[in-house]
This record gives sequence, structure tokens and C-alpha cells, in this order.
Amino acid sequence: MSRSQTSTQLAILAAFLLAIFVVVPWIIAASGRFDLYYTLTSVALLSIASAGVWLTFYIGRINIGQGAYALMGGYVSAILVVQAGLSFWLTLPLAGMFCAAISVLIGLPILRLRGVYFAMVTLVLTEVARLTALALPITNGAKGMVSIPLPGPIGFGGFNLVPNFATLKTPNLAFYYLSMVLMCLCFGAMYRLVHSRIGKLCQSLQQNEELASSIGVNITLLRVIAYAISSFLGGLSGAIFVGIAQSIYPSSFTVTDSVNFMLNCFLGGLGYVFGPIIGTFLLYFGWDLLFQTGPYQLLIFSSLLIIFMLVLPNGLLSLNPFAGKKA
Amino acid sequence: MTQVLANGLYLGAQYALIALGLTLIFSLMNVLNFAHGQMYVLGGFITYTVYAQLGLPFVIALICSGVTLAIIGALIEKYLFRPVIKRSVRDESTMLLAAAIAFFFDAVILLAFGEKQRGVPKILNGVFVSQPLIMPYDRMLVGVLAIALIAAFMLFMQYSKPGRAMRALAQDRMAAQLMGVNVDRYSMIGFALGAMLAGLVGGLLVAITGVNSGIGGPISIKAFMMVMIGGAGVVGGAIAGGFILGMLESVGLTVLHAYGDITYLAIFAGLMVFLAIRPHGLMGKPWG
Repeated sequence: MSRSQTSTQLAILAAFLLAIFVVVPWIIAASGRFDLYYTLTSVALLSIASAGVWLTFYIGRINIGQGAYALMGGYVSAILVVQAGLSFWLTLPLAGMFCAAISVLIGLPILRLRGVYFAMVTLVLTEVARLTALALPITNGAKGMVSIPLPGPIGFGGFNLVPNFATLKTPNLAFYYLSMVLMCLCFGAMYRLVHSRIGKLCQSLQQNEELASSIGVNITLLRVIAYAISSFLGGLSGAIFVGIAQSIYPSSFTVTDSVNFMLNCFLGGLGYVFGPIIGTFLLYFGWDLLFQTGPYQLLIFSSLLIIFMLVLPNGLLSLNPFAGKKA
Repeated sequence: MTQVLANGLYLGAQYALIALGLTLIFSLMNVLNFAHGQMYVLGGFITYTVYAQLGLPFVIALICSGVTLAIIGALIEKYLFRPVIKRSVRDESTMLLAAAIAFFFDAVILLAFGEKQRGVPKILNGVFVSQPLIMPYDRMLVGVLAIALIAAFMLFMQYSKPGRAMRALAQDRMAAQLMGVNVDRYSMIGFALGAMLAGLVGGLLVAITGVNSGIGGPISIKAFMMVMIGGAGVVGGAIAGGFILGMLESVGLTVLHAYGDITYLAIFAGLMVFLAIRPHGLMGKPWG
């Protein structure tokens, strides 16, 4: 990669960070549209979950089961906060780790499947997560878990590193910063991962697993790792969603959400690390804007999607003006 | 127990028909048709409109469902899937298209027919009662019709010229093309046939369970499970998968009744173990 390309990329990155951490809050404060914080927070969190789906695409698997892990992460966080009295912040990594552990157990058998088989199994997995949440006693069944407390402070002694969300006047803004920081960390890590040795190995899985295996790549280990990372991100984003909504139901994440996570990746383009952010942003805002059309919302939305696929079957970033951005 | 088995058989015949359409489309075009459940719902609503609203005979309503869905399927293949498959880099892109079509159908069905549960007048009155078995006549008729349709479909695939062409296409697209099979034309016929099957089952089942606009997604998921059990892209597998799921559901609802609503949880757990041992289902080709 040439030096000028690197500096262009850095400039774009700096502009993006400036935009989300300074310009957007300023515009929102100036225009008074405080509801946008919630929308943008959702976009950030959904794009984190979509990043996980994207990683499974990167090893050549179509993952329509991210909703299951988001639901699982949400419930783990909620149960730990309500019943064990743990701090919300501590439950975030715990929820992610729990999902990753479960995904290793589930992944070992099902990652042997490929193509449509894997897609169908993961789709069914979402439905199973919902049924499990309905059946288990600890999840409180269809009534769900409500009035989960807002995140508390993090700090030492009298000094608070992160303020107590319950005492804030605008917890929305705090959640906005939290999710944006996490989104940047997540995609930074993804970028590093994809451009590391493991990333290249993952790409070899996507192209030809037998060939990769024959030259000594441990494909079983690699795909379980990728799937575990993916599920970790799903659980993390689900847990934060619960923190914001302060409630969770078996229907909080359904098959539609799982399909949407997959669509986000497609829309942004499967070959591009930052595709999920753009895909999520477009899909979520497109859906929101169409709200005014009332009963025709779904009709127009799906028609637009169909037209989009006819015009750009390889995703939005295939129009890519920056060749260097290609993963 | 006879009762449970009879219910399973009846349910399995319906399921097998749904799975057949899905697996046909998959084997011909490598497309996972997300909209299959929605096509089923559309077929149900067309039968409802023609039979219950317009008062025409049930058979005509059924034919209307089948023909409409076949036309819709053919158009979808020609104008949506074919261009996208030609231009996309990875074949998974068709899944976005399929999902978008599923959303589209959902929206159209909701706008055109509303969100109410719709049922039709009974097509046959009376109940068959004997010592071990109680079965309404209309259920028996629908079950027999479904089995007849399955048999007709298999004969068509086995002996007719289009059937042979489609089987060749499913085996090896390139070789079929080299042997002079008109690939585009038979892909379209195959998609139309798959959609028609979905419409016909929808029409058949509206006479028993009724139909509402929300059941498309769950039906698709059930169809995916059947195809996974039997193996994707294999006609025999789809039929086996349909009957097995029908039986499991019927037996599970009876046996596990005491433990609450966990039949599907148990079925899925079983499916995971099964797929760990046989990743490509009962009869599937390795990696479909």
C-alpha cells in the first residue's frame, strides 16, 4: 500500500471520528432532535452484531443466527444484573464470553456444514433461542424481564471514570458515546484481525477449505474461533440493548433481526470490513424514513431492496472510490 | 396411538409438498427461497378469495392458486433471480434478493388481505369414527389429495421431458447445457413448479386450518428443517423429511404434552445431534 493511500485513509478515519464524536452531538444539540441519539445508538449496536455476521461470511459461512446470540447475551446480562446484583459493566464481557462459550459448543458440530445447510441451521437456531427463553423458568417466560436498573458508575474512591447512568439528565447521550466507542473499537479490531495472519488464513477458508487444510491450516480451530468472536459481538450488542431498553422479552430478537443482520452485511458488501456500518446505517435509516408512508412502509422498503439488488448485486461498497479500503 | 400416527401421516403429506417445492428450487438454481412460506400464504388467500368470497367450487379455487403462483414464480425467476445470479460475485447475494422478496410478499399480503385469520366453509361434512381412529372427512380428503399431488409430481419428474431436463440440470448444470437442455427455460419452469406447489398446499390447508398473513416466516422455517432432515436438493429427501417432521410433531405434541411447549425445542436438539453425525441429511449429496 502506497504512502499517499495510507494518509488518505488516516484522513478519512480522522474525519469519521470527528463526525461521530463532535459534529453529530453538536448538530443534534443545535437542532433539538434528541431522538436521533437513540437511532444512532441502535445503528452502532446493530452494526457491532453485524460485524460478527460479517466475520462468519469471511470464513465462507452464511450466518442467520446472530439474533440467537444477541438474545442470549441480553438475557445473561439481565439475569446477572437483576438476580446476582452484578454491575452492568461487568456483565458486558461476561455476556459476550457466555455466548462465545455456547457458540463453541454449538459451532463444533454445525460448522462442519456449509453453504445453505449452515444458513438453515443458524436460522433455526434463532427460533430455538426464542423457544428456550419461553420455556426456561429463570428467564421469566413470555412476561420477560422488566425494570432492569440503568448502568451504575465505574470509578475508584471518589473519582468516577464513568458516571452513574441513573443520575444523568441525558442517559441517551451517554449510551450514544458508549456504543460509538464500542463500535470504533470493534471495527478497529476487525480491521486488524482481517489484515493479520489469521485474517489471511480465514480468507483461505472462504476460498477452499480442503486446500487450506492440506497445506496445514487448522481449519476446525480457525472456524470455531471466528464463530466464537462473532457470537461474542452478538452477545455484547444484545447486552447493551437490554441496558438501554431496561427490559428483555423472548421476542426482543427474532428471525427478522437475524435476517436483518445478514442483510446489513450484504448491503454494505461482503468484501469490505466497514461494509456492516454502512449497511446498518442505510437499512435502519431507510426503514425509519419510510415510517411516514404508514401501511406502505414494508412495501416500499422491500421494493427498494429488490431494486437495489438488481442494480448493485455486490453491495454498496463495490462502487468503492477508495481502492485501498478493500479488505 | 393409531390416532397420533394418522395425524402425523396427514401432517407429513402437507409438509412434504411444501418441502418439495423448496428443494426443487434449491436444486435447480442453488437459491434458498426465503419467500416459500409467503408463497404458501398467498396461495391460501387466493383459495380463500375464490372459494369463500366468490363462491366457486373448491377445485377451481385450488387451480387458481396453483396457476397464479406458477405465473408469479416464473416472473420472479426471469426478471429478478436470473439477472442477479448472472451479475453477482458470490452466489449468496441471491439470499438478500430472496429475503427482500419475502418482505415484499408479506407487505402485499398484509395490504391486500388484512391481518385477520381467515377460514373457509368446510369442503366436506362429517367425521369418520371407528374404534381407534377419529378423523374428519375433509382432513382425509386433503391428505389424499396431497399424497396424490406428491405422486403426480414424482411421475412428472421421472417420466416427462421437462422432468428429465430438470433432473439433468440439478445433477450438473454445465453438462445439461452441453447436451442441449435449454437451461434458462427449464430453470424458469422449475421455479414456477416450486411456487405452484407452495400455492397448492396453501390452498389445501386453508380448508382445514385457515390462513393468516403472519404464518409465512414460521412455515419457511419448518420447510428448512424438513429439507435439512432429508438433504437439500433431493426429491426423496424432501418427502422423507416432510413425513418425519410431521410424525415428530404429532408424536411430540402427545408425549411431551406434560412438560409444556417444548416439542420444537426437542426436535431441534435432535436435529443438531443428527446433523453432527450426518451433515448432509438422510439422502443429500455432500455439500449440496
